[in-house]
Amino acid sequence: MPKLTIDGIEVEVPAGVTILQACETLGIEIPRFCYHERLQIAGNCRMCLVEVEKSPKPVASCAMPVADGMVVHTGSPMVEKARKGVMEFLLINHPLDCPICDQGGECDLQDQAIGYGFDRGRFSENKRAVKDKNFGPLIKTYMTRCIHCTRCIRFITEVAGVPELGATGRGENMEVGTYVEKALSSELSGNIIDLCPVGALTSKPFAFTARPWELRKTESIDVLDALGSNIRVDARGAAVMRVLPRINDDVNEEWLSDKSRFAYDGLQRQRLDTPYVRRDGRLQPASWQDAFAAIAARLNGVDGKRIAAIAGDLADCESMVALKDLTAALGSPNIDCRQDGAKLDASVRASYLFNTTVAGIEEADALLLIGTDPRREAAVLNARIRKRWLNGRFPIASVGPKVDLTYRYEWLGDEPRLLTDIAEAKHPFAEVLKGAQKPMLILGMGALARPDGAAVLAAARRLAETCGMVKDGWNGFNVLHLAAARVGGLDLGLVPGKGGRDVAGILAGAEKGDIEVVYLLGADEIDMDRLGKAFVIYQGHHGDAGAHRADVVLPGAAYTEKNATYVNTEGRAQETRLAVFPPGEAREDWKVLRALSEALGHRLPYDSLREVRERMLAVSRVFAHRDAVAAAEWGAFGTDGALDNAPFVSPIENFYMTDPISRASKTMAECTALFVAGNQRKTGTHG
Amino acid sequence: MLRDQDRIFTNLYGMHDWRLAGARARGDWDGTKEILRKGRDWIIEEMKNSGLRGRGGAGFPTGVKWSFMPKTIGDRPHYLVVNADEGEPGTCKDREIMRFDPHKLVEGCLIASFAMGAHACYIYIRGEFFREAEHLQHAIDEAYAAGLVGKNACGSGWDFDVYIHRGGGAYICGEETALIESLEGKKGQPRLKPPFPAGVGLYGCPTTVNNVESIAVAPTILRRGAAWFGSLGRPKNTGTKIFCISGHVNEPCNVEEEMGIPLKELIEKHAGGVRGGWNNLLAVIPGGSSVPVLPKEICDNVLMDFDSLREVRSGLGTAAVIVMDKSTDLIRAITRLSRFYKHESCGQCTPCREGTGWMWRVMERMATGNATVEEIDMLEDVTRQVEGHTICALGDAAAWPIQGLIRHFRPELERRIKEYHSARSGRAA
Repeated sequence: MPKLTIDGIEVEVPAGVTILQACETLGIEIPRFCYHERLQIAGNCRMCLVEVEKSPKPVASCAMPVADGMVVHTGSPMVEKARKGVMEFLLINHPLDCPICDQGGECDLQDQAIGYGFDRGRFSENKRAVKDKNFGPLIKTYMTRCIHCTRCIRFITEVAGVPELGATGRGENMEVGTYVEKALSSELSGNIIDLCPVGALTSKPFAFTARPWELRKTESIDVLDALGSNIRVDARGAAVMRVLPRINDDVNEEWLSDKSRFAYDGLQRQRLDTPYVRRDGRLQPASWQDAFAAIAARLNGVDGKRIAAIAGDLADCESMVALKDLTAALGSPNIDCRQDGAKLDASVRASYLFNTTVAGIEEADALLLIGTDPRREAAVLNARIRKRWLNGRFPIASVGPKVDLTYRYEWLGDEPRLLTDIAEAKHPFAEVLKGAQKPMLILGMGALARPDGAAVLAAARRLAETCGMVKDGWNGFNVLHLAAARVGGLDLGLVPGKGGRDVAGILAGAEKGDIEVVYLLGADEIDMDRLGKAFVIYQGHHGDAGAHRADVVLPGAAYTEKNATYVNTEGRAQETRLAVFPPGEAREDWKVLRALSEALGHRLPYDSLREVRERMLAVSRVFAHRDAVAAAEWGAFGTDGALDNAPFVSPIENFYMTDPISRASKTMAECTALFVAGNQRKTGTHG
Repeated sequence: MLRDQDRIFTNLYGMHDWRLAGARARGDWDGTKEILRKGRDWIIEEMKNSGLRGRGGAGFPTGVKWSFMPKTIGDRPHYLVVNADEGEPGTCKDREIMRFDPHKLVEGCLIASFAMGAHACYIYIRGEFFREAEHLQHAIDEAYAAGLVGKNACGSGWDFDVYIHRGGGAYICGEETALIESLEGKKGQPRLKPPFPAGVGLYGCPTTVNNVESIAVAPTILRRGAAWFGSLGRPKNTGTKIFCISGHVNEPCNVEEEMGIPLKELIEKHAGGVRGGWNNLLAVIPGGSSVPVLPKEICDNVLMDFDSLREVRSGLGTAAVIVMDKSTDLIRAITRLSRFYKHESCGQCTPCREGTGWMWRVMERMATGNATVEEIDMLEDVTRQVEGHTICALGDAAAWPIQGLIRHFRPELERRIKEYHSARSGRAA
């Protein structure tokens, strides 16, 4: 390991690290604009110059590897002069419009100008002005502010894998853009807003609505896909103003998908803020007491077997455990959290988890995708696969939808029988998997949420076993969920009890009249027409499909409005935190169920969040550790059976609208109109 | 003065046949096989001993550069890239070599590639050099037909292919790493060093980039010996060099001369002297537009080689001598150069992107006098903020002409400012 001296302090660092990284180990901060830990080194802003003895010129510390015996000065007059010079150059053509710039208060240029700027300018020529670009409904541009650090270009090219941004022109005429004006079509495009060190790229929906210092910042978890990206919710008053990613190297690094970032305006629309009871065929606002009374009256004397409950995709663990306890108290075995009918097996935990873990993808050396389109199902996870792929020697194949995943893969077809072929080594890709040290597969809901799902699950298990994916210290069997609630629901055992009905059974029973009462805990993705004449209680936060069909509506809280637990697709229990209060009469979901239980005469035995969580812990040890993943035991699961010939298709048709929140979002509607309706020409001059 | 028998470029003026037959008659491709038989180490050692310094402008010893290539060929192939993107204003030597002596270059490519373990050589030729590219391609075709290059080149057992790539005409693509980027099909922007091309170059493989003249002189050096080449010129500044003399001289020309020839002798002997006599000389840019200008007092005695010109704070560069007599508006002239660098900056790094435009705009005002005396110091300071702070040397190249102007012609700048303001205040009164 090379030894070098930085500002008189001797330090030993691993070979190959840069001077800038070596400085960081000593806590010496080097100013930078273009350098970013997760992007390739560009070395073009020249802000990080340091003095290295025996080098006649100052050296860009972000790009220079350390060498043994190097003597570095980070605060010498030469360094000071060089940085001040660079800062002056950056500012001569940068508009002095901080008071009207959305980046104000969180601008790298602003911050560093304090340290290296001068209190007056020497530049008396005209400033440059650059025409703004239209990057679509998410990203607002103000290209005159651009300092050409190329972080956005590098992100879109390397991480997002959608090379739509580049620099055109030379010298001071260099401009960042798409050349032919178009909206950025990456699902991760919003991250360039965070990466932009100045106000050239800002959030279009957030534009001019708030200043960063006015916002209340709450660290939370995203629930719009099953990845559980770590987020920060910025709120002012009762409104969520924006959502930003938080760094968690094990989950989302520091990226966030566009849906998770921009769907927050959906939290303001279509909200259920008071209970409703259907009277004379119409939902009428009601008080909590009236709503509970209506439910109690209808449930009175109904046999438990004729009652059913379905937990939806956004349900938190606290409310699910309460729902489970309440249904049990009512004597009903009919409960299910698998709204989409996926044939997941709750008895073997390893059968429904992303066992490799997200960070573990980087260790894998072969990958088989089965009935999944990770780019739309978990965009940030897809970026992790791409990151691994970019490192090389990572063969990827897919049995499922043929889509652009931003990396090259071998499309084997979409017929389920291919799984048996690979498992029985009749397919050449079996050799690839067997030759790998750490092979993995990702099984999507497109393969499980179908009538032969249990057989597909069994086939995938056999494939994993025969191809050496499950061994000591490595489990390459992965299920990629779509719903944030799913793993938590399975961990809590929200599956049919003895003789109970699953979702398909509940719907069939309701159609026939065998099920009289259906409790929907935020379940909106089922076919409401099939509920027949059943009495439907809908508890949730949005006036979506479920609420429209309901006979009683109980207003709940969205994920930004409660302290709640979600378990992500890896099996990692994480907590959302209350950033704003639920609107109007709406309440945290477990409290609603707790209050209802009392009205029904089956009082649930918990009165505080702590007590609910103790109950969760009693059901599953998973909840003992937050933010951590425990390896799950392997076992037999799935049901051997014939595989259908129907091809695997991805359940996600529209990435931008997958749940009640994003369906209520105007921003997501714009994205849908642009990207999914497929009319890119609508941008730009088409108004 | 260089004796005729010591000339390397014997068809510099195109008076003889440039094709293979003519080239052979002048001694090209003579004993190439024997040179190759002496082995890589001998070639590199001989090049080192000759003292040849790169003819592209920076003057780095060519033999040493060749020795940086990995000794054995690993899993990545080696490449030689010839920089024929001659774009330095005032320079037109490589063009003449490719026009009239293309076989010297092709033979040099073979020898240099062999010495560095490269089976392939790319010649990146400036897009505007259309006829030159044709000549060069013809020469390569002849060499292939004659078995001089291609499989078992010259019967040496070494397989060697040479390709021409025509550039798009950006000045920055003459910078070696930008040239590599451009050759790879990317936007021509210099790369960060380290890693150096000898480690990670074209397509990530070990690569050496050499100027046309450096490569073209190599066969003759190896035929006649390092001692012969080293005996010409002065220590550390050996050999012959093509000088491109342009501007206010009676007979602008290219001429091959011994290194270290006095500037005055060069101009008077070969270019017919300064227009209106030596005393009418105002200043000379001795090495292409990027080196600082020299006033007449220095031109009287200075020698034309790397170290002598460095001593007077200028440089030999590409040895493009731009002569300006007293009719020249020197401030205007340097302003034009500033505009050139502003136009050719790639825009990648901050000081050059922003600084070249700033310097040019101030220079435009300086040219009319619409400035203040304090701004001269400010301009000087801005050039210092650009110089040495960029990835490649274009920032330096943009700064030096202005520094030279201020260093030697500050009174002229001040006089013009004074005249401008007095004329305006006179009008106002």
